Parts: sequence; C-alpha cells; structure tokens
Amino acid sequence: MATRITIDPITRIEGHLRIDVEVENGKVNKSWSSGQMWRGVEQILLGRDPRDAWAITQRICGVCTTVHAITSVRSIENALDLEVPLNAQYIRNMIMTAHALHDHIVHFYHLSALDWVDVVSALKADPAKTAQLAESLSDWDGNSRHVFEDVQTRLKTFVGSGQLGPFANGYWGHPAMKLTPEVNLLAVSHYLQALEVQRYCSKIVATLGSKSPHIQNMAVGGVSNPIATDSQSVLTVERLLLVKEMIDKLGSFIRNCYLVDVSAIGAFYADWTAYGQGITDYLSIPDVPMDTKNTQFMMPGGYIKGGDLATYKPIAGGHDPYFREGVAESVKHSWYNYSNGAGALHPWKGETTPNYTDFQDDGKYSWVKSPTFYGKPAQVGPLANVLCGVASGHQPTIKYLTTVVDTVSQLAGTKIPLTALHSTIGRHAARAVRSGVIYENLQGNWQALMENIAKGDTKTFNRPTFPKGEIMGVGVHEAPRGVLSHWSVIKDGKIANYQCVVPTTWNAAPRNEDDQIGPYEAALLGTPVADPERPLEVLRTVHSFDPCLACAVHLTDVETKTVVQVKAL
Amino acid sequence: MRVVVLGIGNTLMSDEGFGVHAIEALEKRYEMAEGVEVVDGGTTGMELFPELQGADHLVVVDAVRAGQPEGGIVRLTGDDVPAFFKTKLSPHQIGLSDILAALRFAGSSPQSIVLIGVKPVSLDLCMELTPQVAACIDPVVVMVADELTALGVAPRLRA
Repeated sequence: MATRITIDPITRIEGHLRIDVEVENGKVNKSWSSGQMWRGVEQILLGRDPRDAWAITQRICGVCTTVHAITSVRSIENALDLEVPLNAQYIRNMIMTAHALHDHIVHFYHLSALDWVDVVSALKADPAKTAQLAESLSDWDGNSRHVFEDVQTRLKTFVGSGQLGPFANGYWGHPAMKLTPEVNLLAVSHYLQALEVQRYCSKIVATLGSKSPHIQNMAVGGVSNPIATDSQSVLTVERLLLVKEMIDKLGSFIRNCYLVDVSAIGAFYADWTAYGQGITDYLSIPDVPMDTKNTQFMMPGGYIKGGDLATYKPIAGGHDPYFREGVAESVKHSWYNYSNGAGALHPWKGETTPNYTDFQDDGKYSWVKSPTFYGKPAQVGPLANVLCGVASGHQPTIKYLTTVVDTVSQLAGTKIPLTALHSTIGRHAARAVRSGVIYENLQGNWQALMENIAKGDTKTFNRPTFPKGEIMGVGVHEAPRGVLSHWSVIKDGKIANYQCVVPTTWNAAPRNEDDQIGPYEAALLGTPVADPERPLEVLRTVHSFDPCLACAVHLTDVETKTVVQVKAL
Repeated sequence: MRVVVLGIGNTLMSDEGFGVHAIEALEKRYEMAEGVEVVDGGTTGMELFPELQGADHLVVVDAVRAGQPEGGIVRLTGDDVPAFFKTKLSPHQIGLSDILAALRFAGSSPQSIVLIGVKPVSLDLCMELTPQVAACIDPVVVMVADELTALGVAPRLRA
C-alpha cells in the first residue's frame, strides 16, 4: 500500500514550499514540488526607470538582497553594452562573495545541520571526549573542553526553558539520526561560533555597501562609493584594512571548522551518498569578473550532461549565445497561462499571467515556472558550480574538493569516489568546497582593489545613457543557490519587460512541457522514509538544495498551515 | 546602552511594507540620540542577527494582525512579541522569531522588546500603502519616539 505525505511548509526560511511524496515499501516513488506563493515583481517593474530596478529587485527576497541588486544592474549594463570600472567590479565581487559566505555558513550551521544533528542528544555528551575528537580533526581554537562544557550548560538552560525557537521542529531521537552525543555537542558548539562568524560577512557587506542588509551603493554603470585615500566619509585604506581582518577570520573558520565539519558529517552519514542524486544535467555560470567587459572570470561555469564531466561545455558569460539562447520557461504545470496557449517561452518573451487551478497531480500544481536548458531540466547550485570547476581544471576548486574527499575517506575508512558527490550529502560537501573557493575570490578581489587604488585609479562609475527604441539585456550571477538571471527589455529608457529566472526556480521546478520532473522531484525518488509521520529523510534531501522560495514564486496563502499530513492511498 | 528600532516588512506588497516606511519617516522627522540605531530589516532573516546582537532594547515596527480592526494600531510587549512572531503571518516573521531564540541561546537577548504595528488593509503587489494605513505613519512615528523617550534616549526633532 502506498502512503501520500504532504509537507507544507518545508523550509525554515523564506517562502512557502510544499512537497508531496508517495511512499511505497518504505521508499519514495512519486513526488511533486510546489511553490505556494505568487511573486509579482515583474509587474511592479513595468514602465519604471531601469536605473531604479536594482533597489526594487533587492526587496524580492530577504535572504538574497544583494544578489538581486547586483544581477539587476548587470542586466541593464548588458542591454546598454556598458563597461563597469575595475574598482566597481572588485567592490561588487567582494560584496557578492561575502554575502555568499554568509549564506553558505548560515545554511549549513543554522538551517540544515539540524536535519543531521540531534541537539538534545548533545546533553548526554562527555565534553572531554568531544574535545579529544575535535582536536584530532583540526586545531581550531574554539575546540577546547572548557568551550564544550560551557555550551552544554547553556544548552541545558535553553532546552529547560521549553522555548526551543529554531530547534522546536527538530526530529530529535529519530532513527535516522546517527551522530554520537559527542559529535552532536561539537556541532552545537560550532552552531554558536558560526553565529559569531557570520557577523564578519555582514560587516564586510555593510562597509562596502554603505548599509546592511540592504546595500545602498549599487548603480547602473558601477558603484556609488567614492574612493579616497585620505577622507573619512568614503572608502579609505583604513576601512579596507578592517575588511581584510574580517576576511582572514572567515578564512580560518572555513578551513578549520566548516570544511572539517562537513567532512565529519559526510563520513558519519556515508549512506546518504547513495540518495538524492536526481537530475545530473548541471548548469552553472562563470562569475567574479576581473575586467571591465565581463569576459574574464575567477570562477568558471558551463553545462555538464548526465553527470559525465567529459561532456563539460564552458559558458563564456552572460553574453554567450549558448547560454542566452538555451533558456526557456514552461507553464504547462504552473499556475499561469501564456497567451495563445504558447509552449515554453524565452524569458525576453516571458509572460506572468496567473491562472490558479488548485493542486492537480497531473495538471497545474505550482506557482513556480519550469525552466529548461535546451528543453531539459537542469540542476543548479554549488554542486553544479563545483563539478564545472573540476571539469574545467579550476585549481582552487580541485584543491578544496581534494581536502574534503580525503578527510571523509580517512574518517569513513574507505575511499570515497567523486561520483559520491551526486547525492544529498554531496550537495553539502560542494557548498563547503565552494566556500573555500569563494573565500579565495574575496581575498583576491581585496588585493586587486588595493593594488588598483595604489595605481591612482579611483574611478567607480560610468554614466549610462539610454537610447530611443528597444534594447534587451541579461544579467547573470552564480548566486549561493546557483544560476540567477535577470532578463530585461527596455523601450525608450523605460522597462518594457523584466523576468527573473532564479536558482530555486530551476531546482524547485514542477514538471515541464514534456512532463519531465524537476530536480527536487527527481532527487526525492528512491529516498527511504522510515516513519511517514516524521519524514526527516525527505527534508534532508530537499534542504540539501538550500531552498529559498520568496523569489522563485510569484503570496496567496498567508495563513498558518502545519506541517506534515499523511494519507493512506 | 544600545537601542535598535527595527522596521520590517515587504515593500513590494503594499501595507506589508508598513514597518519599513514607518522607520524611514521616523528618521526623516527625528535625529536619533547616541546609542540608537534604526535598521531597515526588510524581509531578512539571519542577516539581522548581528544588528540585534548586543541590543539592550528592541523596538519593532511591522504590519501586525492581532485582532484589531484594519488600519488599527497595536502595541505588544514582553513575551507576547516572540509568541506573536511564531504565528507566521508572513514568511519573514519566521525569521525574527528564530533570531530572537538564537539570541537567547547565544546569551544576548535584549532586556525589552516592544512591537508596534498596524493591521494591513491590502497585501496587493504595489509599492504604495493604502490611504488608511498611510494615515497611521504619523501616530506610529510618535509612538516610537515616546518609547525611545521612556528608555531615556529621546530623539530630537529635526529643524
């Protein structure tokens, strides 16, 4: 007999994602991913000045503010063929990479670790043994017995208070929780330390972006930061030296904690390398531009078919026709209609006309559109980014990946192959690997900015001029959750069309024009479910993508609905 | 002493953005005393942790449904505030309740929390407030200024 499980909402952060699975013989054999909110930023932008779009798109999502700001200005600059001064590129790159590190650290320690870490079990740990274990893994100075004792005491008070907050929905004592109390205590301690560390990211963003969490310094044509070596009110060398201090602290945490913790969890949950593979066509876009024309990048991107790295085809950037012509969105299974019953549409021709029907298993069931790359669904995100890095011989990616794979192999006592990455746990590993790479990008851009200023270049802005007639552009960004693109059509200096194709749209996509299932849906097939009332395994796989729905979907339902419904079929 | 005035909400959804519009109006009318920070939180989540950490007192302005009539103003304090944010009226509020709990776990909860809010009339997609809710901006700005005065950090009217 099959059981139908509905989990709604599934995320701990932004947005309303609903997941339905049918479980037969203890495994998922059918799945649906459905966005339960409607996003309408596209309509708000129509007729507006393209120079204002970034400040508006920054409000689409509370998690990805800077991400949409930067992608929006890139889209308009692309339409205008406007170069971006080097200083502006470096400053944007630093904001972008600091934000990405914040996002990855928070996702691992504060949003998804609770799927793997049994917080309550940490109360039973022996802090001395935790310290022994931790010291064998890294020489992080936050790993002393004293620290672990202190955390355990705090945890006792916190759990005793009965108000568990972020821990309230945890599946404590679930049979799929496999860590020893000592490892759980280690993870809870790093949870607290990561709260401190994420502040460095926010400070970097606030220093460079004038304010955080909503940056103020973006502009079509560059950034509005004046640079001077001697003034108090602007970006000074002194402030940049403070930024450097924070970059170094982040680097230390990523090397000594994040990469190590991911490896430890990967080793204890090695069985999870066999689940959650799903779609192995991977799409990623090059980013961290180091020239004014967006043609040279620190981070590569491209397309991989069927998980085979030999098929890797690089993408040269947002201007590459191979990327621009490959993207389309279907609404066959989404709550929209295209005029004249059109099939999948290219984003420049994209339409956003709602047509809500109710949840239809074989018909329309989501506010998320279904994007495809040359007609096929694609998985995006850190895993796609890392695999493209490996395929293209990108040394920093290979270096950090080798570190993680070696550590996991050593802890698990068996050689872990690269193919293990195509999995639920693989997506977490890839996010940590990417964090190592991004940290180096952040450092590299700090260096480049200092050197460029030392040369006497203080330019940060090229003034845009808008022609009569119609122009089109696309801004791209390899965001924390994967490929983000903003497609703009500008007519006589006003926005005539604007479509955001966001990472979670790719991954949370419903069935497409050819009824092929999307990446979340595919990844869930075959996932074991021990207890349908507590479907922790389903959450693990979906959370491994770092879902963030606020911008993927277009709010209908603001009422509270919780959480798991189980129905025998 | 550090006091944070936090405006939250989604400015793309009409009255949902009330909190953000209200703190903008607050800063336009008043100059803050030393130690008072005004934060536009939008719909952010964990990004607010560093902003709130180390705050002795927190004043939150938001769109709030707490049984009052549409366009009605409400003031909640103490334990009612985190309890309110658990009811999840909109997605970002899940974030704030989690951050308050994380602050407690990290040992840096504010001593006091006050929530001032207005019940939204419309959550339609547009960047403007409805006239009914827009009319609440002035009284709410005065209420926030009174809270600050009561905390001993009265703001000064700008010339």
